[in-house]
Amino acid sequence: MLELRLPKKTPPGAEQADPPGTAAELDPSLAAPAEDAPPAREVVRAHGINFFYGQHQVLFNVEVTAYEREILALIGPSGCGKSTFLRTLNRMNDTIPGARLEGEVLITGQNIYAPGTDVIGLRRRVGMIFQRSNPFPFSIAENVAYGLKVNGLAKKKGEQADVVERCLRATGLWDEVKDRLNKPALALSGGQQQRLCIARALAIEPEILLMDEPASALDPIATGRIEELALELKEKYTIVIVTHNLQQAARISDRTSFFLMGRLVESGRTQAMFTNPQRKETEDYITGRFG
Amino acid sequence: MTGDLNRKIRKLRNNVMLSLTGVATLLVLLPLALILFYVVKEGVSAISPGFFVHLPEPPDVPGGGMANAIVGTLELLLVAVIVGVPLGIAAGIYVAEHGAEFLTKLVRFSADVLNGTPTIVTGLFIYGLVVLPMRKFSTLAGGLALAIILLPVVLRTTDEVLQTIPRSYREAALALGATRFRVLWDVVLRAARAGIMGGVLLAISRVAGETAPLLFTSFNNSYWSMWLDRPVASLTVQIFNYAIAPYDRWHAQAWAGALTLITMIIVINLGARAWLRWRTGRLA
Repeated sequence: MLELRLPKKTPPGAEQADPPGTAAELDPSLAAPAEDAPPAREVVRAHGINFFYGQHQVLFNVEVTAYEREILALIGPSGCGKSTFLRTLNRMNDTIPGARLEGEVLITGQNIYAPGTDVIGLRRRVGMIFQRSNPFPFSIAENVAYGLKVNGLAKKKGEQADVVERCLRATGLWDEVKDRLNKPALALSGGQQQRLCIARALAIEPEILLMDEPASALDPIATGRIEELALELKEKYTIVIVTHNLQQAARISDRTSFFLMGRLVESGRTQAMFTNPQRKETEDYITGRFG
Repeated sequence: MTGDLNRKIRKLRNNVMLSLTGVATLLVLLPLALILFYVVKEGVSAISPGFFVHLPEPPDVPGGGMANAIVGTLELLLVAVIVGVPLGIAAGIYVAEHGAEFLTKLVRFSADVLNGTPTIVTGLFIYGLVVLPMRKFSTLAGGLALAIILLPVVLRTTDEVLQTIPRSYREAALALGATRFRVLWDVVLRAARAGIMGGVLLAISRVAGETAPLLFTSFNNSYWSMWLDRPVASLTVQIFNYAIAPYDRWHAQAWAGALTLITMIIVINLGARAWLRWRTGRLA
């Protein structure tokens, strides 16, 4: 019954996915044994998540944990609920009428669905990058500074300019745009726009970055830059990234959670999961048997 | 052989149909061109610098102008804008952004009905609501009548412009910790303001040419009127009165008034379009 409702079309990423074993051979760092890693702090812990759009249940008892300074990739075929799950982590689904969640999401130990939670404060701690770059129709500098403005941070002009520069540097955009900070952001290329959105998210110094297929609308070169950026950012932030591209998950993530039809099938270290999946469904998916 | 003939027939039919649409286009342009031609032809000879600074004169006195009517029209528009535009924009925001579904549908429907209401009916309504209780014609009454005509246009324009603002802007702002009000104020309205502004200007240029709702609200006045509770002259009513009077001198003045009015409207209209193109072109 599972297989019946799966999409028949295979996404491009899945076909070219490395067969188990290859990723580790190409990149020795991926093969680092998990046991050596020091016990990391749990930053995100989703527990028993059931999620409904009206009567329609899209997530079933999902358990996901993300640790400090790691990249957690959420993979799975279209419609498996991975984006919906990602959006539960900063309560973006609150804006959808009829959406309902059961279970709890702990961000550094606090249940963000507890009554009286400060959702605005939560979103300041948990930044989000969307699938389509969505800079505001303002200038480049105003885009980066917007989070400061709405959160009442960096009131002085000088401080703002500093933050803008720091964030643009962090995303590698500074040298490309420093001469046109007051020009419209929408004049940038797609890849630059997406990096601008990342800079905008960094400006308010979040602890966690949620990325919803951040490179799916970009060409391979721009995609490469976003991936490099994600690897740099994980030195400071915890990143949860939804991706359709299995190679991308293999290249950048430390751990991976595989979703199928609203259920979490398997979680584990990316390298281990891609070389030696524990579940038949995972193996079928990462070897491109369906997708 | 038959293929050749077929092709010729097709080509002929194509040319005939294209020509027909071209002719239709010319026919559409014709009334506008003729109106402009006649108004300019008749108006230019009657217009003089004095027309813009003098008060109306009796038919047997030469000279005279419509200075009070020009200012009166502007006064009426000002009242209409002050009352109608904020209300229309605010209601448009409510409807587009977070209206209860039932109320939203009701307001949209009402706005469309109001938009289709004959303006003379609007005038009658204000006559009953404002003129009769106050026992006099007034700038206020005329301005309110124009405001009611303005209101649905502004409301629907705001509503439509707001709906074109991508959801992704709102999500981006929310994800940065903005409250719903900040999202609306900083992002949505900012992105929409050029469009709303353009819509407001087009609405103003539309009501500037209204006559019927003013006939028994602001009435008319041969002198200056700077008071909200006094009758006031307007270009349209003045043109109407002069045009139906049996004096050649007044007829000429009516043409001059028509030229003035049509110029005002064209300027506002083109200004609005140029503004829209400039603003949206720069941002998009």
